[in-house]
Amino acid sequence: MSATDIQDPNRRDFLYVATGMAAVVGAGAVAWPFIDQMRPDASTLALASVEVDVSSLTPGTSLVVKWRGKPVVVRNRTEQEMKDGEAVNLAELKDPLARNANLPADAPATDANRTTPGKEAWMVMVQVCTHLGCIPLGQEGEFGGWFCPCHGSTYDTAGRVRGGPAPENMSVPVFQFISDTKIRIG
Amino acid sequence: MSEGHSTYTPKTGIGRWVDARMPLPRLVYDSFVAYPVPRNLNYAWTFGGILALMLGAQILTGIVLAMHYAADSSLAFDSVEKIMRDVNSGWLLRYLHSNGASFFFVAVYIHIFRGLYYGSYKAPRELLWILGCIIYLLMMATGFMGYVLPWGQMSFWGATVITGFFTAIPLVGEWIQQLLLGGFAVDNPTLNRFFSLHYLLPFMIAGVVVLHIWALHVVGQSNPTGIEVKSKTDTVAFTPYATIKDAFGMLVFLFIFAYFVFYLPNFLGHPDNYVVADPLKTPAHIVPEWYFLPFYAILRAITFNIGPINSKLGGVLAMFGSIAMLFLVPWLDTSKVRSAVYRPWYKLFFWLFVIDAVLLGWLGSQPAEGSYVFMAQMATLFYFAFFLVVLPVLGLIETPRRLPNSITEAVLEKNKAGGGGHPARATAAPETKG
Repeated sequence: MSATDIQDPNRRDFLYVATGMAAVVGAGAVAWPFIDQMRPDASTLALASVEVDVSSLTPGTSLVVKWRGKPVVVRNRTEQEMKDGEAVNLAELKDPLARNANLPADAPATDANRTTPGKEAWMVMVQVCTHLGCIPLGQEGEFGGWFCPCHGSTYDTAGRVRGGPAPENMSVPVFQFISDTKIRIG
Repeated sequence: MSEGHSTYTPKTGIGRWVDARMPLPRLVYDSFVAYPVPRNLNYAWTFGGILALMLGAQILTGIVLAMHYAADSSLAFDSVEKIMRDVNSGWLLRYLHSNGASFFFVAVYIHIFRGLYYGSYKAPRELLWILGCIIYLLMMATGFMGYVLPWGQMSFWGATVITGFFTAIPLVGEWIQQLLLGGFAVDNPTLNRFFSLHYLLPFMIAGVVVLHIWALHVVGQSNPTGIEVKSKTDTVAFTPYATIKDAFGMLVFLFIFAYFVFYLPNFLGHPDNYVVADPLKTPAHIVPEWYFLPFYAILRAITFNIGPINSKLGGVLAMFGSIAMLFLVPWLDTSKVRSAVYRPWYKLFFWLFVIDAVLLGWLGSQPAEGSYVFMAQMATLFYFAFFLVVLPVLGLIETPRRLPNSITEAVLEKNKAGGGGHPARATAAPETKG
């Protein structure tokens, strides 16, 4: 008698919990594609790598290529710009990290770490202000690097933030010299 | 007030037949004809109706514009120009829609300030107020996404900066931004989803408006004295009294709106948005639409790190916090008296707050440099102090003026003192009599 009293509610409890769990899992499984479709799609991701011919760049000139919808600046720096970049005391930097995708995340923001070994004259950098995403102007501002017209952030010749509201150095994307005159970004 | 017994009696056979099956005419009659409203409502109370009108107008012009617009980053800018030049009456429809958004916000700001002045958010109207705040948030999202659609320079860079707010969130910020953009930067997927959502959100607004009006009709309208309706003599019927007053308010409002549409159609816009979006070139000076400027000023005012919060996250938190303040107002204000008419100190601070909000708006339109930054910081400080210090403290220390016993008494005293003044001036009366 008492056994059936317990057994019946148990069966109901099981159905109740099983239905509830199926509903939760089902709702999650249905919700995911709706969120997933918002992420960058295959055609956007397919643009993840571009090759740039830099043979035309003499020291002191730069070019901008579009990579993942953002401008990437390739600059052949002058001797002076490299010297200015190397002369910076790292303790003065607002962001002490290199922000170089080719290096470990904790690499310090030395001038060399902002470039690639053997090609220290070359800055390859996503030319997007780390504040709110505007495009800084090249070779302007008090540090001779970049200056963001939107909210006044300044960057030095190695693209490191030196003033204004931007929190980080401009990021160096994954890139490599596949020949002396060609760079692959991404 | 909704507790009042329904007085609807269908006059025709068809009317009785419908009433027994689906009493929609009864609902309309009870809500918009017989519904009792306080007899002392002034013109500040016409903006609810004006907002409903503007929502309807925006949906109407928007649906028509969508028939001619192409939500593709390579076509969008040209399709808007096509609407302006080729589509019959297209220029008018687009100017109605773009200026309509601005006037929608003009009306909503007056509506919100009226609520703050007369303490309309106090019990039992807290939910009514919060539903209004939700409508305001939805309006902001709709306005922002709508501004992206013409695909001009301000569209593009406004979208870049505003979605950039989310990158301030630690750890998941970048992922959320990519989820919103559908890429690594603002591009075609962004435009497509913004168009879809810009079309959807007004109908969600309409849904919340129904809840807003429902909540209003449960608790009844507040009024300039802030005293609850006590007897039938305190009220008049919605039709014809409120209907005709609302209609007159709408007419005046539409005259001003029409003046802008026909004579100053681009006054509230930005010339840079007639330059096609260029992902490689940022305009020298990015500003959002005027109705976001106070919040933009608050965003930029935080130029310093606060403990572990860097200036970027701090700015974003301050900006969202400034809107969150509105949601908390019913509990921040400790005064038992609703209306600023009987609160001399609150009245002073209210007007200082209005000046502060306008000042923030002006600062938001100026470049973030020099003394503007300091002024924006001071104005931001006052903005938050108004909500977090003035509202709670003033309610505890302020001595309010004597309240009349009823709305009727207030109106009659006003008429006696002011020689039967204009209803719109009824608010000013009680304070002059001492």
